This record gives sequence, structure tokens and C-alpha cells, in this order.
Amino acid sequence: MWIEALIAVTLASAAVVFLAPNKVAGKLAFVLSLLPVGGSLWMYSTYEASGNALLEGSTLAFETNYQWVVAGPYSLNWHVGLDGISMPLIALTTVLTSLALLASWTPIQERQSQFYGLMLFLEASLLGVFSALDFFVWFVFWEMVLVPMYVLIGVWGGPRRKYAAIKMFVYTNIASLALFIGFVALVFGLGDSVTTFDMPTVAQALRAGELGSLGPIGPETLKVAAFVAMFVGFAVKVPVVPFHTWLPDAHVEAPTPVSIMLAGVLLKMGTYALLRFNFTMLPDVAQANAQLIAIFAVVSVLYGAMLALAQTDLKRIVAYSSVSSMGYVILGLVAYTVYGMGGATFQMVAHGLISGLMFMAVGVIYNTTHTRMVSDMSGLASKMPFTVAVFVAGAFGYMGLPLMAGFAAELFIFLGSFGAFEGSVLFTAAAMFGIVIVAGYLLLAMQRTLFGPFELETDYEVGPAAFHDVAPLVVLILLVILLGVDPNIFFGMIQDAVNPIAAATGGGA
Amino acid sequence: MAYQLPGWAALAPTLTFVAAALVLFLIDSIDPDSENRALLAGTATVGSLVAAGFAAWFLIAGTGEEPFTLYADSLVVDSMSLFFAFVFASVTAMVVVASYDYMRDHSYQGEYYALVMLAATGMTLMPAANSLAVVFISLELASLPSYALVAILKKNRGSVEAGLKYFLIGALSSSILAYGISLVYGVSGTLLLPEIASAVEIEGLTGVLGIGVLMILGGFAFKTASVPFHFWAPEAYEGAPAPISAFLSSASKAAGFAVAFRVFTVAFPVEAYVATIDWVLAVQILAVVTMTLGNFAAATQDTVKRMLAYSSVGHAGYALIALASLTGTGSDQFVLGGGMAHLLVYGFMNTGAFLFVALAEYWSVGRTFEDYNGLAKQAPFACAAMTLFMFNLAGLPVGAGFMSKYFLFAGAVGAGFWWLTAVGAINSALSLYYYSRVVKAMWIEEPTQEFAIESKPVGLYAAIAAAAVVTVLLLPGFGPVWAFAQDAAAALV
Repeated sequence: MWIEALIAVTLASAAVVFLAPNKVAGKLAFVLSLLPVGGSLWMYSTYEASGNALLEGSTLAFETNYQWVVAGPYSLNWHVGLDGISMPLIALTTVLTSLALLASWTPIQERQSQFYGLMLFLEASLLGVFSALDFFVWFVFWEMVLVPMYVLIGVWGGPRRKYAAIKMFVYTNIASLALFIGFVALVFGLGDSVTTFDMPTVAQALRAGELGSLGPIGPETLKVAAFVAMFVGFAVKVPVVPFHTWLPDAHVEAPTPVSIMLAGVLLKMGTYALLRFNFTMLPDVAQANAQLIAIFAVVSVLYGAMLALAQTDLKRIVAYSSVSSMGYVILGLVAYTVYGMGGATFQMVAHGLISGLMFMAVGVIYNTTHTRMVSDMSGLASKMPFTVAVFVAGAFGYMGLPLMAGFAAELFIFLGSFGAFEGSVLFTAAAMFGIVIVAGYLLLAMQRTLFGPFELETDYEVGPAAFHDVAPLVVLILLVILLGVDPNIFFGMIQDAVNPIAAATGGGA
Repeated sequence: MAYQLPGWAALAPTLTFVAAALVLFLIDSIDPDSENRALLAGTATVGSLVAAGFAAWFLIAGTGEEPFTLYADSLVVDSMSLFFAFVFASVTAMVVVASYDYMRDHSYQGEYYALVMLAATGMTLMPAANSLAVVFISLELASLPSYALVAILKKNRGSVEAGLKYFLIGALSSSILAYGISLVYGVSGTLLLPEIASAVEIEGLTGVLGIGVLMILGGFAFKTASVPFHFWAPEAYEGAPAPISAFLSSASKAAGFAVAFRVFTVAFPVEAYVATIDWVLAVQILAVVTMTLGNFAAATQDTVKRMLAYSSVGHAGYALIALASLTGTGSDQFVLGGGMAHLLVYGFMNTGAFLFVALAEYWSVGRTFEDYNGLAKQAPFACAAMTLFMFNLAGLPVGAGFMSKYFLFAGAVGAGFWWLTAVGAINSALSLYYYSRVVKAMWIEEPTQEFAIESKPVGLYAAIAAAAVVTVLLLPGFGPVWAFAQDAAAALV
């Protein structure tokens, strides 16, 4: 019942805020968003589950399973529940939404009630994505995310917002169609043995090798075709190079709080779904093509980092570095080891916090300087020391400084992927080189903008940022350090959930 | 032993509409120039809600499980006719509530509501028709008031022109239908649908019978606004008062499908006909052409109402899939039920969309997409509802529109017609383009004009809100919808 309550409260809050007057909407939304934060923390503290939600022998936390629609032989269920993979993401979603709402107070100056209402609606949809265990329920939430996102970028975004919004909408919608067809084909391919779209049932049947033919298509071809369709569908969301081109546009045009949600949580939908669908349901296809997938991962890491190096807009730098960071997640997943997959899942949370932090910091700088161009400013440290300090700390977190969450995540990924499959040593080494580039562009950008003598190309008065702008930054950096010092806050439950996938496929370390 | 209602009581939804029409005539004859809009609209609303209530009650109580045949078998009340009676009555209720505001300055108030009630009477009879004579009469009873309703804005050139065009094409297709019925009668010697099925095993007359079947199909194509009798639809929907456009494109279209479902499954069962008169092939061609043409035409429109009109043609194409995927085997019930469930959901989402256009016309916002620019700043609630209708019509899962369309397509795949589904899915994906144009205009574009929005009309808002809430609630509540639709389909195949 708790998951339903969490989603219902968030939806109700969205409706209340949507109808509230513009003046109070921001504060009201923030206060109401503390309810799901409290809820998810309470769920974390009472969390008791073991195993992977999709596999046999697992017990789920807060599980409910009701019949929804019976259609011919098939039945659809309202099935939600949490395991060690989804619990951290639920917590991440609620916390990051609250902080993003706080970061909206300064930049959002028109149609506030609609903005905050849509943000909460987005949160509710995301909570649904991470907790749903029936494909139809999951897909409904997955598509529901798009609607508020489209409007949020399209209305409150930058000058080219219409183009960016429609591009994101079209890209992800086509991707959804691909993954939908891929998954439904799998279910039909399972024949009479599976009469439900329940994800655990489908996953177990697939892993037991029950896949039959679908029309003239044999099981092996079907498996690969479905894997490709779903991989492409999720790769757009992650995004994996070469499906990433919508992301920089969307990020640059989106207002700061929407960028925070986009980088912090929405990208994780893609990697979460990859883990749940492709890597859990069709492990043999994934492992047979491990090198190919690893190439996608490493290209994302290096190409994303090099693109970031070439940017002159602070926000674009962070946007492209997200592409790079998500490449690590793919590399960790394809390793099929406990450390690799666990590290990848941990990276989803860590990157959610760190990229949220970076976008928020860039937003705060933009609010005061009204420019994001690296060449337009220098020496901000002397004017807004506190913001700059957090920015620097966040950047070091991004580079993987020990005792920060990013370090733990990337270390686990590299440990897990090193030697995990043929050629993995080479891939891991190449991916590690990505960190050097990350350090390069972040240090370069910081040196130019933050340090040295103060200069600014615009005529705005630059001073310390408001308390409600800095507070969420501080909260985030503290969370990043907390997770870095004690990864076990989440890593224990993550490990428990990825263990069955890794063990069942004979992974090491 | 509980008191047994007489058999004719099974027609309660229809009788309620008749009674409401008569009461309205009575009020109108006592006070011909009545300005009492609340009384007139109220009577019509109560009438439709009671009719919907009867239909829902009978459905839940299982009245239709054992079909009632009445009046020498010419009418049959089963779960299918009750299912559609519920659809028509709910759409009618929303339309009359919205008309309270929309028709505020027009004369002929009494006549307007009475005509709507009479048209609804005809519609509720259509799915219950068990004889080709009743098919024809109920179809005319639904059509004749519709012609007058389209043209009721007598001072508006567009409305009168649309009424005339609608009437002319209607008259032509009625004569084709009547001719088709006479040919079928000539071959089979009976008008009762079940008897036609058993009578027409006579050899040698398949040519005459085939022409008759195709002509009947043509008559239904008119009512459902399917190609090749769709020409009236864009004109009529655009010229008519917007609530009437909602009424025609939702209820009247569903009525056409209801009667087509019954006639073609009961009188011309696929398994007996596939070797001689392959009407399924004709329906397949119609379905593909209708959805493609409707979608492409909708994509090129400049005015929202006309776009909705063509999209409604496209949706007729999707619903035709239900008829086009019949094979005479076990898969029929699933796909036919899918078609019925889609028509139910469509009744709410499409009515809502047209009622939003009615609201825009009430505010004199203008007709084109550009005129809607920035409307969400002024009326966020109504625009949120419209966004919901648009995404549902496009088949995004923010409401029941996704589920019903998915099940319809799944049914077609299950029957082996995956290519029909492929065409439908491509069309459906394409439709997102023009539906999202409305959303983009309302939310994202900057206003190009000053809106003179002085009031929030209660009736229109109530109707739109009802449509939006039901469209959303049908998603979690799709289980019972599907169960009722399957029962309804089981009554036929």
C-alpha cells in the first residue's frame, strides 16, 4: 500500500499546486514535496527485501499485486514492489525533486502554479516507473513522464525551447514504440506458457529458455531482434552515442530545475530499464554480444567526454559529461559481475546527485551573471565564494575524488568489469582514460570562470546567491560525501539485488 | 419470487429518451418562446442520465445475458445493445449539459433539445435492431433529427450549408441502404437477421446477394463516416454547433458501428460467406483507406475543428478493424470486443475534444491552431483536459485511449491480420503529429491575440471535466469495461 500512497500523495499534491495561485505555488510545492521525501525515507528505514525483484526466490518490499484487466488468455496486473535496485532510485527521485523545486524559486517567474504542478506530476510518474513490475503499468508511467517533460521544456525553456521540446518528444516516442514492440513480441513468443505481462513471470520464463517461435521467426532470431529493439528504445533515453543528439538540445534549453530532473532522474530510467529488461531477461544475448555493447559504452564515455571538452557553454559541458558518465553504467552492466552491476546501479544514484548538483550550480551562476559562456566570465570566486566552493567540490566529485559517491561507483564498475569478459581489460582501460578527460575539461572550465581576476561581459550586479539557491547545493554535496564515505547505505541492498543476476551467469569478483 | 418486469421494460433506455423528447415538446407547446434554458437543458440532461442509469443497471444486473426478443423478433435486447445504449446515453448527457451554455443566445431551444433526444432514441434502437426494416427505420430516426440539428444555426451560412450537404449525402446513402435491403430480402425472403443467415444458402443468386451486402455496407459507411461516404463529415462537423459535432462524431458514429456489427455478424456470418461473398475483404480495404485518408487529411488542416473531423474519420478506420478482422473462429469475440471498448472510450475522449472546441467558440477564440496559441495561460484547467483528450486520441497511455486501441490491435494480430495492425499502428503514430500541434499551440506558443475570456461557463466546464475524469478513470477501470465489451461481443459471435 505504501507505494500507492506515495504516488497518490504526489499526484494529489500536483493537482493542489496546479490550482493554487502563482504567488504561493513554489513554497506550497516544496512543502508538499517533503511528504514523498519523508515517505521514501520511511520506506528506506523499514525496507526489508531480498533478491532481485524479477527472479525466483526474492521477497519484495511493499509489494502489491491486483488483477487489473483480463483480456482473452492474458491478464494485466497492478503489480508494484521494491527491491535493492529500485529502492535507492525511489529515494533519489523524491530527494532530488524537492531540491529541484527549491532551485526553481529564482529562475521560474511566470505561470508558477503550472510549472510546480507539472514538476510534481513528473515526480509521480517517475516513482511509478521505478516501482512498477507489470509491463503495462510500467509502460503507462514511462510514457506519462514524457508529457510534463515536453511542456516543461517547451514553456519555460530558453530561446530554442520549441525545437528542443519537440525533438526530445519525437526521439523518445519512437524509442518507446520500438521497445514496446520488442517486449510484446517476446511475450507472444513465449506462447501459451506465459499469459501475463508480469515482468517477473516473463523474466523467469525467458531465463528458463521457454521462448518459442513467433510466426516464421525462430526463437534465437526473435531473442536477438527483441534485444535490439529494446536496447535501442532504452539507449535513446540513457542516452548512448549515437542516440544522444536530443540530450544537449534539451539540456541547454531546459530551465535549471528541469535539467536537474532530466540528468538526475530521467536518464536513469534508461539504464534502469536496460538492467531490468535487457540484462535481466536476456542475459545470454547480452553476454554473447558483450564486446559490441562495451564498444557502445566506451564510445559514449570517450566521445561524450571529448564533446564536453569542446564546449564553451557551461551547461553544455555538464550535459555532454552526462553522456560520458552513463557510458560507465553500461560498461558496468555488461560486465555481469556483482561489482560491475552493483557499481552501475550505484552510479545511477551517485551520478543523479552529482549531475543534479552541477546543473544546479551552473543555474545559480547563470541566475546572477545571466551568461553561461565560459569566455564571458572569470574570477567568480571572489564574488560568490560559497557557490563556487560547492561547485568545485561537485566537480571533484564528478572526477571521482575518493570519499565522494562518484569514486565509489566508478571504482566498483572498473573492479567489476576488469577481466569480466574477453577483451574487457582493454575496454576498462579505455573507459578509465575517460576520467582523465573529465578532469581536463572540468579543471579548465573552473580555472577560466571561477578563478583569476573578476571580469564579466554582462552588466548585472554579481553577489552571493540567495539562501534558497545555495541550500539545496549544500544538501546535495553533503549527500554525495555521505554516500562516498559510506556506500553501504545503498550498496548492501543493491548488491543483494544484482547478486542473483551476476551469480546465475557465472560472473566473478 | 421477485416481481418480474414485463419484457418491454428492457427497452427502458430507449423509452426514457422518447419520454424526454415528449416532455420537451410539451414544454415547448405550452411556452413556445421559452427562455427557460435551465428547464429545457435540465429535462434533457435528466432524461439522458436516467437512460444511462437504466443501461448501466441492466448491464450490471445481467439483464442482457438472456437476450430479450420483442415485437415479433424485430428487436433484441442483449448485453451488446445495452452496452451501446450506455455509450449513447453518456455522450448525450455530456452534449446537452454543454449545450446549456453553447446554445444560450439561439432561438429554437425547445426544438433543439427535443431533436437531440429523438436522435438518441434512434441510436439506442440501432444496436437492438434484429430486422433489416428496424435497421432502416432506426437509422433514419437517428439521421433525420441530425440533419436538422446540423443546420439549426439558421443565420449561419456554414451551418445551413453543412446541413444541406449532410442531408443530400444522407438521402443518397439511405436509398442505397434501402436498395441493398430489398436485394437481400429478394434473395432470402426474410428481413429478420438470424433468418437471413439460414435462408441464403440458395445457390445461383450470389451475385444479387453480393450487391445487396455491399450496398448495406455502403449505407453503414455513411453513418460511421467511413470512406467512401465520408465527404459529409468534415463539412457537417465544422458547420454544425460544436456540441452537435461531438454528438455526431461520437454517438452517431458508434451507432453506425453497433448496427454494422450486429447485421454483419448475425445476418452475414463470416464462416458461411468467406467462400462466396467476401465482405471482410471489402471492409479491410475500407479500413485501410479510411484510416490512412483520415489521418493524412487531418495532418494538413488549419482549423482545429476540421482536424478533429478528419481524425474522427481516421478513428472510424480503426474501429473498422474490428469488423475487418473477423474470421468466423474463436478470435472474433476478442477483436469485436476490442472494437466496442474502443468505441466506448472514444465516446468520452472525442466528445471531450469537440466540447473543448465548443468552449473555444463560446469564448470567440477563433478556429485555427494559431488562434489557440497561449490559451493555457488563460484557461489552464480546460487546456489540461484538452491535452489529455489529444494524447488519448493519439494513443499515449495517459488514459484509457491507449488501452482500448492496444486491445483492438492485439485482437487483429490474434486473428492473424498483423498487416492491418501495422497500418493502424503507423497511422496512430502519425496522428501524434497533428494532435500535439494543439497541445503545442495551447501551452508552448506565445499568445497572438488578446483573449476576451469573461466567464467560465458552468455547463461546458462540467461536461469537459466529466469527459476528462471518465477518460482517465477508465484506465485503472479498464477491467470492467473490457469484461462488458467481451460480454457484448459474445452476444453476437
